[in-house]
Amino acid sequence: MSNLQVSVYRYNPETDSAPYMQEFQVDTKGRDVMVLDVLHMMKEQDSGLAFRRSCREGVCGSDGMNMNGKNGLACITPLSDVVKGNKLTLRPLPGLPVIRDMVVDMALFYKQYERIQPYLQNDEPAPAIERLQSPEERDKLDGLYECILCACCSTSCPSFWWNPDKFVGPAGLLQSYRFLADSRDNATSERLTDLEDPFSVFRCRGIMNCVAVCPKGLNPTRAIGKIREMLLADAT
Amino acid sequence: MSNLRSLTFDAIIIGGGGSGLRAALELAKSGKKTAVLSKVFPTRSHTVSAQGGITCAIASADPDDDWRWHMYDTVKGGDYIADQDASEYMCSEGPKAVFELEHMGLPFSRFDNGRIYQRPFGGQSKNFGEGGQAARTCAAADRTGHALLHTLYQNNLKNNTTFLNEWYAVDLVKNAEGDVVGCIAMCIETGEVVHVKSKATVLATGGAGRIYASTTNALINTGDGIGMALRAGFPMQDMEMWQFHPTGIYGAGTLVTEGCRGEGGYLINKDGERFMERYAPNAKDLAGRDVVARSMVMEILEGRGCGEKGDHVFLKLDHLGEEVLGKRLPGIVELSKTFAHVDPAKDPIPVVPTCHYMMGGIPTNIHGQAITQDDSGNDHIVNGLYACGEAACVSVHGANRLGGNSLLDLVVFGRAAGMFIESALNEGIEYLDASESDIESAMKRITRWNESDGGESIPALKAELQDIMQTSFGVFREEKNMQEGVKKLDELRSRIANAHLPDKSNAFNTARVEALELDNLMEVAEATAIAALERNESRGAHSRYDYPDRDDVNWLKHSLYFPATKELKKRDVNFKPKTVDTFEPKVRTY
Repeated sequence: MSNLQVSVYRYNPETDSAPYMQEFQVDTKGRDVMVLDVLHMMKEQDSGLAFRRSCREGVCGSDGMNMNGKNGLACITPLSDVVKGNKLTLRPLPGLPVIRDMVVDMALFYKQYERIQPYLQNDEPAPAIERLQSPEERDKLDGLYECILCACCSTSCPSFWWNPDKFVGPAGLLQSYRFLADSRDNATSERLTDLEDPFSVFRCRGIMNCVAVCPKGLNPTRAIGKIREMLLADAT
Repeated sequence: MSNLRSLTFDAIIIGGGGSGLRAALELAKSGKKTAVLSKVFPTRSHTVSAQGGITCAIASADPDDDWRWHMYDTVKGGDYIADQDASEYMCSEGPKAVFELEHMGLPFSRFDNGRIYQRPFGGQSKNFGEGGQAARTCAAADRTGHALLHTLYQNNLKNNTTFLNEWYAVDLVKNAEGDVVGCIAMCIETGEVVHVKSKATVLATGGAGRIYASTTNALINTGDGIGMALRAGFPMQDMEMWQFHPTGIYGAGTLVTEGCRGEGGYLINKDGERFMERYAPNAKDLAGRDVVARSMVMEILEGRGCGEKGDHVFLKLDHLGEEVLGKRLPGIVELSKTFAHVDPAKDPIPVVPTCHYMMGGIPTNIHGQAITQDDSGNDHIVNGLYACGEAACVSVHGANRLGGNSLLDLVVFGRAAGMFIESALNEGIEYLDASESDIESAMKRITRWNESDGGESIPALKAELQDIMQTSFGVFREEKNMQEGVKKLDELRSRIANAHLPDKSNAFNTARVEALELDNLMEVAEATAIAALERNESRGAHSRYDYPDRDDVNWLKHSLYFPATKELKKRDVNFKPKTVDTFEPKVRTY
């Protein structure tokens, strides 16, 4: 069994004038390990290699990256899913500034998340127990609340690459709809008013890259479609 | 001379998981200048991995449920060294804290009547153990921790909490009088080291499961707060008490929630036998976690384990049907397919007891104030230092935590610490400023790493530490083996003190973070090892071959480990709840 050939994006702002690709040979002993395991093996060869990781089970969203051209989470992507011809190319999530190696600056991504006011708004006094919600009402949040903010979707979206400051992007809009769809939230009209400009929602061109890459199997395009419907209904 | 930049806050909360964010929320709402300092973006904290739910007597599944029953279960589950005043506080305040989470937007699953869904979990009973199995764990499918953590982060955004994300706390700063007056912290992105000044420093740094080779814990769970407190000379309580979760996925270590068994799943051995019926005839698969984990190990040791090596057992879920699995346990289906290559709707999941939770930690009162003990055995408050969540030992978990009680602990005691600090700040706090030499002593170890120019590699030393802990301080323990472990750790300590950080760069240097984490793992491991060796009895999660029985005459006590002398002392357990009668120790059966 020959070693896995890994080509990884390197850039250290203190020592490199430009980014470059570095080649590693990794002996996986023929096992179908996760891409994150391969990164750890490379870090043992070169402790300077920088990447984020935390839960290593696909729920914290730290290790979103571009693996052989497709965004995903390194910790739940087995080599058999991405490696072709014994070669693996790892790059940081596209479209965001690189801090070092695989670590990107996610400030713009978080700013768009904060912009949609990602918290329940209900100005009526809360009852002494929980607010009631029927199972059917609660079902409407499935496929929305599970987002882990890994940014795989927004950084695979050309509209977000082009207007990261003005287009909320698939991750932010998925969360926007999560609150619009919540029977307990009563800020619907304020939320919609905040989104009715030509950029925030309407820069989505429906190419569905976000759906193709979401490691949690969520569908931001469908959520964006629902917001559009609400905006149009609101306008008439 | 120190020329560090300084940042000043009323309260600094180190750690952005459930307890830290809950404390921060309370303080941010009060208008106090509060910052959360977290080594990862808050939603990457380990609370996100909690699955099954938050246990609390909100009387939804059973309108007659009573927090006192929950308290009884908690005290019994902890094998009677949970403090009864703290357990009383957690269980009685719990409903308020859970309803607050719901009002903040937490997307709990629901019953048909619109109330919060609750499922059965291990160690739960009605009517003080006399009324059969209770269903007391409030759930958002099997992603309750994720839902809880995101909800708390979102509400902190709403209340304008200051976040120092991807900052690493290095050490506590103490003034000449021994008060904690802040910390030294490093911005990971730039490498800048600053002096954070604060009147209240809250350690909400979570657990340290990474001292073991096999753990359900995230890679970031390195006991940073425990390390900081020990280096500052403060004692740790009940560090021998580590929970091994019955169902970690064999090989990968990732968690499969106890909720699987709550929903009707059960464990089988290689003969297909539901073996928990033999060990816990009443509660069966929903006995306390320590009991289930030991039973599994017994099955394996007696040759009834599954697989080629006979070194695990199976968790059977297929009889629940695809609909229940899809609705109640969707995350488990995903995890099993990814990490065990098994579809639980068709085949059982291979599982093995796996290090999961640190019951011990920084001793605190119910307000989160850290406690130390003088030479005569009297408790004293440590000025300026607070702890909550897994890093703290209040103690509500005693010798064995019940499933679903960790999330409740986070929100109840995070909230309590926040409330207490707010009123203390209102009353006025004045501590002496730290001197140059106080700051320099807190800078010592980061300086040591930055000046290292040779020595052993960090990942290799970490792996060695994890192997020692796994080999000598696992589910079953024995004197000779532990003595060897303690000796090996002692040698390892001096090797770590001379280890090498090859990469000295500033920008997002994760190797430096891992070096600093290794020091903390070392502190936690040694405290664990010494406490485990000296507690000569079996209680809760601490099981000894050589002392198989519980010894209430000598050990109905907390252990208290002092880092300066490496001595283990004892501390009284609280048996004086305020509103209910004391739960007297009984033989613990399920």
